[in-house]
Amino acid sequence: MTSIANGDFRAELLDRMIRIRTFEEGVRFLFLEGAMPGTIHQCQGQEATAVGVCAALRADDFITSTFRGHGHALAKGLTEQQLLDELFGASTGCCGGKGGSMHIGDMSKGMVPGIAIVAGGVPLAAGMALAFKMQKFDQVVACFFGDGAVAEGAFHEGVNMAAIWNLPVIFVCENNLYGASTRVDLVMKIPRIADRAAAYGFVGDTVDGNDVEAVFAAAQSAARRCREGEGPVLLELLTYRQTGHSRRDPRAYQPEAERKEWVARDPIETFVARLKEEGVLDNAAVERMRAEAAQRFNKAVERTRSAPLPSKDDLETDVFAPEATA
Amino acid sequence: MRRLGVAEALREAIAEEMERDPSVFCIGEDIGVPGGWGGAFTVTLGLEKRFPDRIVNTPIAELGFFGVAVGAAMMGMRPIVDVQYGDFLFLASDQIINNAAKLRYMSGGQIRVPMVMRAPVGATGRGAQHAQSMERYFAGVPGLKIVAPSNAHDAKGLLKAAVRDDNPVMIFEHKLLYGAKGARAEPGALDATSDIPDTDYLVPLNAASIVRPGRDVTIFAWLLMAHFARQAAERLAEEGVAAEVVDVRALAPLDWATLEASARKTGRALIVEEGPKTGGVGAEIAAGLAERINGLRAARVASPDVPVPFSQPLENAYRPGVARIVAAARRLCGVPS
Repeated sequence: MTSIANGDFRAELLDRMIRIRTFEEGVRFLFLEGAMPGTIHQCQGQEATAVGVCAALRADDFITSTFRGHGHALAKGLTEQQLLDELFGASTGCCGGKGGSMHIGDMSKGMVPGIAIVAGGVPLAAGMALAFKMQKFDQVVACFFGDGAVAEGAFHEGVNMAAIWNLPVIFVCENNLYGASTRVDLVMKIPRIADRAAAYGFVGDTVDGNDVEAVFAAAQSAARRCREGEGPVLLELLTYRQTGHSRRDPRAYQPEAERKEWVARDPIETFVARLKEEGVLDNAAVERMRAEAAQRFNKAVERTRSAPLPSKDDLETDVFAPEATA
Repeated sequence: MRRLGVAEALREAIAEEMERDPSVFCIGEDIGVPGGWGGAFTVTLGLEKRFPDRIVNTPIAELGFFGVAVGAAMMGMRPIVDVQYGDFLFLASDQIINNAAKLRYMSGGQIRVPMVMRAPVGATGRGAQHAQSMERYFAGVPGLKIVAPSNAHDAKGLLKAAVRDDNPVMIFEHKLLYGAKGARAEPGALDATSDIPDTDYLVPLNAASIVRPGRDVTIFAWLLMAHFARQAAERLAEEGVAAEVVDVRALAPLDWATLEASARKTGRALIVEEGPKTGGVGAEIAAGLAERINGLRAARVASPDVPVPFSQPLENAYRPGVARIVAAARRLCGVPS
């Protein structure tokens, strides 16, 4: 298990967050430019939740994600190229162009394609964990969802089953204060989402979701609990979406003061400051990271622009699995 | 060779598949409770004794446990999900339609979802919410396979084939066909017993079955209606009308080769369906046959467009019966009644 004190590891956490931010800002530009089809749901400001949780997982652990999954994907090891190709609908994308931005995933890297129905991934994650338990595998599932999901029946039903069967699931609630445009306190009577875990008889914890090391520590301890048969765990990660809910959302519902407050708590900039202060990285190293991330992204865009699109022949493939393996 | 009813045949199929493959397990409400019922219709009765770790008894949470089954199926298990009444599939439908049926496609073929969903259907004196014929709601969902056995032989063979298939398969079971005898036999139950071979056998998921040959008109039906169609054909034969009866059996995908060949031969297609006429599977069969066969004459016998009623005379009027099928066949054949 990786130690938090390890400087290289901390630099890697930062690098991963910078890559996500670079990707999201780049994608936003491509989208506004009109180069990219479809719609996008981005995660600027929430990089620490994805990176902190995924850094605590093994390569063979799984995550489920949502329509806002770009950060989760990059944190779980998917490449910018796979994602961009998918976002452009290319046949070289992680889902062959059949998924799109809301359904990115790569099972070989432990990421189920994004489930874009709110809370739809919650029972799914419980089922994956049930399969691990029945097969006596020691993998865990981290199930990402937003604050909006806890109002869904699927959330209640899924976490309850995970609880009664002690399933190895880390339920990761990225509480960014808004379900689309609706503020969470308008649709929830209690202040803390983590408190809901107690109602189902398992452990819930609220963590600063903009502190990647705090997230990592909480996820690491949750993963350990799960592997020891003491799951599930609910982590409520407090964070903020520094971008619209989806394309062209000016997020006028977020008060200016609130936005500023959260920008001051930006997960990347606060971590950069900490690493500099503690002498782990200097300015030059951070700038190098940013430059490399930009370069990587730009290269990927270049390739994506000439990536092959699916043909009409692909329309009717992948509906059914071809033959029984049983 | 043994004579078994549908519930026993299904139970035997489940037990054999669980014995054969350790990844097969059952999940659902009231299925593994010692002293309990073995599901609403006894199908899983006693299995918890043989397979204590693989009968997963759930809370009353259809959306949740269907989602759990999808997740488990993705990770190498082969769940058989049991819903007490088909009507409850509406609760589970997000997981069935948005996840089970689509995950393979939207992942570009990365995922397999080998799960079986068992759902009892049919009007049986329980009023409007424990009675619907649910086939129509799922037959048009790409990525789902749907079968509907009318007898014990098919029930066992189809269920075993469904377990071995790598896709989500729904199997609709009619409550009046589970068994005409025993503690949970339904008033009005029919004899759907079959001679069950002692050897391992499968019934393909994509094949209709011609249960009675004829040249004048084809009656297409499934589940309970397949029995009524046969009875109607016997009555029609007495009047000199030779009706062919096709047990459609595979509702999605439909076995167009068999359906078309029969309708082409007789030139007349009568589709019989329990459940409202509008938007039913029968409409799909009629349209599909009309597209394939010039000059085909087609008609439907179905329930009226009303919820399922409770009172016996109303329920009897709701459910298509032999007399209505005979009358419709006569009309289609131009035989005066």
